[in-house]
Amino acid sequence: QSTVRSGSGQTDPSRGPYIAVITNRSTTLVIRGFMLFSIGVFLALVLNLLQVQRNVTLFPPDVISSIFSSAWWVPPCCGTASAIIGLLYPCIDCRLGEPHKFKREWSSVMRCVAVFVGINHASAKVDFANNVQLSLTLAALSIGLWWTFDRSRSGFGLGVVIALLATLSTQLLVYNGVFQYTSPDFLYIRSWLPCIFFAGVITMGNIGRQLALYECKLMSEKTHQD
Amino acid sequence: MTVRERLREKISTAFYRHGLLCASYPVPIILFTSASILACCYPLLRLPLPGTGPVEFTTRVRDYTVPSHEPQGDLGERPDWYRGPPVAYIQQVLVKAAVSPWDSTLVPVDVFRSPLGRVFSLLEEIRNHVHNDGSGVRSLEALCLQVTDLLPGLRRMQTVLPEHGCLLVSPGNYWQNQRELFDSDPDLLKTVHQHEPKGLHTSATLRDLLFGVPVKHTGVSLYSRKRVVTYTITMVLGSYDARFLSSLRARLRQLHPSVNCSLREDHMVHVHFKEEIGMAELIPLVTTYIILFAYIYFSTRKIDMVKSKWGLALAAVVTVLSSLLMSVGLCTLFGLTPTLNGGEIFPYLVVVIGLENVLVLTKSVVSTPVDLEVKLRIAQGLSNESWSIMKNMATELCIILIGYFTLVPAIQEFCLFAVVGLVSDFFLQMFFFTTVLSIDIRRMELADLNRRLPAEAGMPPPKPGPLRPREAPPPPRPSPYTITLQTPAFRNLRLPKRLRVVYFLARTRLAQRFIMVGTVIWIGILAYTDPAGLRTYLAAQVSEQSPLGESGAGGLPPHLGVASVFPGPGGDPASTLSVLPAPAEPTPLPENQSQGHHGAPREGVPHQAQAPPLVPQISWGAEDEEGWRRLSFRHWPSLFSYYNITLAKRYISILPVIPVTLHLSPREAIETRHPQDTRHPPPFIGMYGEGSKQVINPLSLSRVAALGLAAGVLLVLLLFCLYRVLCPRNYGQNGVAHGRRRRGDLPCDDYGYSPPISEISPLLLRGHSMDIECLASDGMLLASCCLAGQIRVWDAQTGDCLTVIPKHGSCLYSCIIGGWEQRDGWDTVGVAEPENLGGGTEPGGGVFDEDEGYPLRRRTTPRPALFEDQPDLTPLIDTNFDSQPSSHLLLTPPRDGFDFGGLVERAYLEHEPPSLGAVWAMELRGNLIAAGRSSGKLELWDAVEGSLRCSNEDGVSGITALAFLNNRIVAARLDGSLDFFTVDINKPLGLLQYRGPPGRSNMPPSPCYSSEDVISCQLTRSVQCAHQKPITVLRAAAGRVVTGSQDHTVRVYRLEDSCCLFTLQGHSGGITAIYIDQTMVLASGGQDGAICLWDVLTGSRVSHVYGHRGDVTSLVCTTSCVISSGLDDLICIWDRSTGIKLYSIQQEVGCGASLGVISESLLVTGGQGCVSFWDLNFGDLLQTVYLGQSSDGQGVRQLVVLNNAAIVCDFGSELSLVYVPSVLEKLD
Repeated sequence: QSTVRSGSGQTDPSRGPYIAVITNRSTTLVIRGFMLFSIGVFLALVLNLLQVQRNVTLFPPDVISSIFSSAWWVPPCCGTASAIIGLLYPCIDCRLGEPHKFKREWSSVMRCVAVFVGINHASAKVDFANNVQLSLTLAALSIGLWWTFDRSRSGFGLGVVIALLATLSTQLLVYNGVFQYTSPDFLYIRSWLPCIFFAGVITMGNIGRQLALYECKLMSEKTHQD
Repeated sequence: MTVRERLREKISTAFYRHGLLCASYPVPIILFTSASILACCYPLLRLPLPGTGPVEFTTRVRDYTVPSHEPQGDLGERPDWYRGPPVAYIQQVLVKAAVSPWDSTLVPVDVFRSPLGRVFSLLEEIRNHVHNDGSGVRSLEALCLQVTDLLPGLRRMQTVLPEHGCLLVSPGNYWQNQRELFDSDPDLLKTVHQHEPKGLHTSATLRDLLFGVPVKHTGVSLYSRKRVVTYTITMVLGSYDARFLSSLRARLRQLHPSVNCSLREDHMVHVHFKEEIGMAELIPLVTTYIILFAYIYFSTRKIDMVKSKWGLALAAVVTVLSSLLMSVGLCTLFGLTPTLNGGEIFPYLVVVIGLENVLVLTKSVVSTPVDLEVKLRIAQGLSNESWSIMKNMATELCIILIGYFTLVPAIQEFCLFAVVGLVSDFFLQMFFFTTVLSIDIRRMELADLNRRLPAEAGMPPPKPGPLRPREAPPPPRPSPYTITLQTPAFRNLRLPKRLRVVYFLARTRLAQRFIMVGTVIWIGILAYTDPAGLRTYLAAQVSEQSPLGESGAGGLPPHLGVASVFPGPGGDPASTLSVLPAPAEPTPLPENQSQGHHGAPREGVPHQAQAPPLVPQISWGAEDEEGWRRLSFRHWPSLFSYYNITLAKRYISILPVIPVTLHLSPREAIETRHPQDTRHPPPFIGMYGEGSKQVINPLSLSRVAALGLAAGVLLVLLLFCLYRVLCPRNYGQNGVAHGRRRRGDLPCDDYGYSPPISEISPLLLRGHSMDIECLASDGMLLASCCLAGQIRVWDAQTGDCLTVIPKHGSCLYSCIIGGWEQRDGWDTVGVAEPENLGGGTEPGGGVFDEDEGYPLRRRTTPRPALFEDQPDLTPLIDTNFDSQPSSHLLLTPPRDGFDFGGLVERAYLEHEPPSLGAVWAMELRGNLIAAGRSSGKLELWDAVEGSLRCSNEDGVSGITALAFLNNRIVAARLDGSLDFFTVDINKPLGLLQYRGPPGRSNMPPSPCYSSEDVISCQLTRSVQCAHQKPITVLRAAAGRVVTGSQDHTVRVYRLEDSCCLFTLQGHSGGITAIYIDQTMVLASGGQDGAICLWDVLTGSRVSHVYGHRGDVTSLVCTTSCVISSGLDDLICIWDRSTGIKLYSIQQEVGCGASLGVISESLLVTGGQGCVSFWDLNFGDLLQTVYLGQSSDGQGVRQLVVLNNAAIVCDFGSELSLVYVPSVLEKLD
């Protein structure tokens, strides 16, 4: 069979190999997971640095060791958790059938990340009068973060659940003596941890959704083609 | 609710008025805002610059007590760091020594050798000084700061810096504080120099540390003009003992009196060092900044549809930044001093304030109707978004106010700044940004107008007749092509390589990055080589601890510079000057010297008396009081850091210096000489004291100047070379020969720039004498048919003309051609009466005679009746006429010839059914050419042999379109009927050969007809009234035949049984373009400018878009997009699945409508005398190939893409074959 306009139908209808790989569903999943994982690891390292750095000496500080001042397993754990969360959010959106439409832009995601880092910064650097104040402030900030960047019920629910689970697991770890908090104040630790976790979950969910958006676009394109 | 609505209305009205105001008076408003920004930022000038510079606090020595640790209530002036004992007290002995009188027998080295030699005796003196009073015996050993090891990485310095003992540094450390080493040192300067680090340094060097004064003030140099050597002996004391110090002072003063010294000695300065920013703190900071920049990037990327994207992005960023500055300024103005670390909270403030509002504003303004006035657009855009802006702002203010009530000071301060910042940001948005936006929109409108006017004014430009007047040179094209892109992802035009290189550099900012990398490397090297830097640290990790340093003697030298001064209580030393006369306490002197002051007492007094005129003047000035201020402010921290003592967030106290003046006699200087000293080239200026330096100075100056000049010349040369490389040679001259843009004058194989020569050059196929009417190809062969009815078959690979097929009755056309070439003949006789001409084309035999009569009459050339039997006559006639031009009256301008050509064409169309019509449609398959004539006759020609294989005259109405698929031919006729023919091949040998394997989808089996075959063409079915109106387009693919007609419908037929499957309705105008391919995608475009995509299987309309003003002239699809071109000279690229316009390309006026897709990403369009290649993915213009020299008059109307990545297009009476070699790889 020939076309009238010779030449127009000559090329291979399938896309280039790169696009083809990208549109492969599981591959994208892996890529997305990996990106989320690396973001999580990176944030964990940086934020951990925020917490530990104080009284830095004049001399070149032990950069490497202060970056890895936490135990080796903490960044991978954070990375894995963020990968799971980042994949879970779009998935749940999909399941619930209410796609997240609110502020789906990279700039808003970056804003969210910045606010998250800011919350960490505040918790690490600002001197609060007491722990109640600290935890209340952080809680307000976290809720504000959710309201500003997410506003979905599923996001809130998932955030709360994961934050509680994470707090519980850290407490378990502490009880089992895997690690200790420097501060003897037990309440202190417990108070800010869930808020930070919540904010982190919202942030990672935001990133994950944004990443998933790309895949959605590609997939829909492909199905249209088929 | 009503309140809310009323509020909303009011807000919107206010914004509307405001928008009008801003757009009406942009300049005054911008001036006003700039003024207010500056005014608000003014208080910032008073703020100390953030940094790690130390701060000072001065107290009196007299009543000094070590400050207590507890903050004491109301000592308001006292800085809060002034608590507890300092890290150390610094006592410096400032020595100024000179050989006097200077006489001509002395060599330059004498300037500093003996003065430096005195340091050892002084050291001895100091070290052995003992103060004994009632409370006990005190010596330096007891008071000084005891240091331990140097940092492990500083092994190199172990010989010069003290370890395990008092921190006492002086130039004597270079020689381990041993006089013998000093005396036996042949080259003092070399010794001093060998410890200097190589390269550039920012922090204190060892030389600074040991000498305690900046290098240029030491006077230790062969070319010293003043011949005064200055150095310090620096003692670092761990505890303060006023009595010991004053006894030491008195002792030294007594030994070496400084007559004219009036240094004040009553103030000590406490210097507090800020926390240094460590790498660990920097990382989170850098991260937040990276996030900030990503935020800004992603935000400003959304700005679109404006004239200058970057300008607006810059304006947005400026808005936010200046609002922050304003907020800080305002807060300072009202007495709030920022205590937060500005650098840390800054990114958060930006994020809180955000760029959203400006983006929303831009979007809203841009989305207002374009045809409104700018003022109104701005006003409307503002008022549209007013409500949401106000709502957002109120929300943010609320959130921040809530934050204010957390009662945490830091958060409160942050919130305060944020609130003020938000308000000032709002102010700036409303005034500054809106105005900038209005200016931008106005600019865009102007640019838009310029671009669009021609397109709108001359909308359907009269199709440039192929024979347009040539003497009127076409106006120079204003701009090549402008592309309107709607998605920001597609941008940037492809340009000549030279420019591309430059743009590439500019885009990737290579130079900038190189510089940045260079800077980073430099900083890295600095950090590495710095004595207190990374190398130390690394070396420390690698090497094991060294046991101990050698000499107990050692010292701390110098001082720090100061960034800002805290005016202490006694802030200005001058005010309290009178308190005590310096030599107040001579008492403790006697017992002080325990043992060895042998060297000291010798020469102090006698010399100073005898100062002759040549005596170098030793003067003490105010600058000596606090000489340490001239040192780097890293001086003290680096000294302490060598011993792993940090000064961060701590302070040291610097005691008033002890001045010591030494005068040495020339005799002593000569005695202490090293034998080698005299070998130094005696400065030829030895005797003129001061003159020496002046002579040397110009010398070195001239050397520097010469070097600078050479470097400058080199730079200029380099730039010149760069310029030559990057810029066209004749840039600026009116050199047309190489000017890039003068296409018309260029020969087709020389474009003025190199890349196209190597890449693409068109091959012109000449032979037709009139304009090409039909073009068909099957990949191997190429058939073209001109207005004269002549069909030529070309080899598509080589461009050779294989066959010339004259139509029947070619003589008629030959004559016309002859007449055309021979303009005068026609002009004088026949052209005056077009009707006559019309008659001439009528089929009647009589007319024919008449036609032939002219040349015969005039030329008396014997013209045999040229009927079918002599097909080759055309060229003959041509040559004949051409060879005798002089015998005719060349009166008429060539323009008439063009007119005539047009007339001929029109005549064909008007007199539709001549019995032997012109070829209106042609198809080529295998080696059979199917030609449909205006007479309704269908002919099959052998393409290779040029013989007529069969013909069918069943229809009467002219064949407007043909499709030839497999062995079927579909012909669409002018009356709207559709005929299906079957081509039967009866091979004598019975076998049908196929050129390709039958199953291949993209290379349709094209039967190869051999010349022995008997071919018959049967009308199998004729669909009368397939359409109500003439069929305009006919396409066939994938077993379907699709017709489009002027009756607004598209019909789909099955090829096998000629059965009409669907009638597709959806257009509101006649169908002008149809595309169908193997994948059953059907697209149609109509006169209404609409494009419909259909599902051929179900007959349903997939999408329907309006893309063009005026007819859609051409349609092509690729697997992912649909490309359409219209009469409005726009090429639109649509997403095939969603029907969304990806982008559009505005072409020049009258650029023609032909389109072709070479590969998935390569589009070719025909233009005025050129074809352009586009990258479909990005909308880049890859290349424009000009087909000929004088091409501007002729547009490319037909364009066929061949299999071998060549394209063929008509070009007046010529065909142009353009190979696209670079595409070959893509296809394969």
